[in-house]
Amino acid sequence: MIRSEILREIAPILRDQLVVCNIGIPSQELHAIDDQPSNFYMLGTMGLASSIGLGLALAQPKTVIVIDGDGSVLTNLGTLPTIGNNAPNNYILMIIDNGSYGSTGDQPTYTGMKTDLAGMARAAGSDNVVEVQDVDTGKALQEAIDAGKPTVMVVKCDSGNAKMPVITMDPVIIRDRFMKAVAS
Amino acid sequence: MNIDKKIADDLVANDISFVTTVPCKQLAGVIEEVDQRDDIFHIPSNKEDEGMGLCAGAWMGGKRPAIIMQNTAIGVTINTLATLTQFYRMPLPMLISYRGELREPVACQVEMAVHTKALLAQLNIPTYHFHKQSDVEEFDNILKYTFMCNKPVAILTDANFWGGYGDQ
Repeated sequence: MIRSEILREIAPILRDQLVVCNIGIPSQELHAIDDQPSNFYMLGTMGLASSIGLGLALAQPKTVIVIDGDGSVLTNLGTLPTIGNNAPNNYILMIIDNGSYGSTGDQPTYTGMKTDLAGMARAAGSDNVVEVQDVDTGKALQEAIDAGKPTVMVVKCDSGNAKMPVITMDPVIIRDRFMKAVAS
Repeated sequence: MNIDKKIADDLVANDISFVTTVPCKQLAGVIEEVDQRDDIFHIPSNKEDEGMGLCAGAWMGGKRPAIIMQNTAIGVTINTLATLTQFYRMPLPMLISYRGELREPVACQVEMAVHTKALLAQLNIPTYHFHKQSDVEEFDNILKYTFMCNKPVAILTDANFWGGYGDQ
């Protein structure tokens, strides 16, 4: 499976949750598959989805699901110790690890070689790290939500992108409707 | 006047309850003060752009954030300031130690000091420079201004403001 197929499959689970979605094609795919006010789409700033989601989870009690990527986490590796030492029970970081920089032309990342993000997350202090194959994502995500513990999921899948339109929604509107969904 | 305490008091008085920090020698006292306050959740960051991401999330979650960092961080965070904090129109008070100014003992710090105000000006970030201890009296108004206009705002605090480096 590629990322868009996973997103399509887990869309019914994501719909009722606060979702912070990674920059580029992941946000375009989620937006096209199931746009919700409770989705925060990153339009820029590679690497910070996990940090934005962590700040959000620490500030309020609702479950926060971060949809991140291997390339994006690699660009902000300092996030893993911060998560490992501070993540609250309502925080789920789901790293879609397709071993490539999807938004820029599927150049390989190091996670397709020797680098193991799950091992890095564990070493950085996360106690609940789950390695999942693409087909099992929905089940594992639901389990993480039900467990109510800080969880890092590393979802292994194939490299590739669906052709989706660029998000043209104004960022202030994305942010404003998201904040209303958080506060509701 | 204890400026560390005054800064922490003003943060609390302005309902700022989420503070992230990347340390600097000049900021050690205020970071310790923030860490001890029950009204403030203090979360150290490993890099300043990461900290700005945390602050963005905290603000969307209903808490008022602030970041405490060194001016070298401006070189690290320009993309984040432009494409996250400014693009989504979010408030962020940035208490910044202004290294490389008068009484600075480390020459390399001057290399970023000479760019600091120019970069902030290029980003249209409202910028205040605390040089004398009494300048801290403006801090409360700067915080109110930041959350009025929903912008990142820089407060540069130099060595003279913090009382220099002792014998160095």
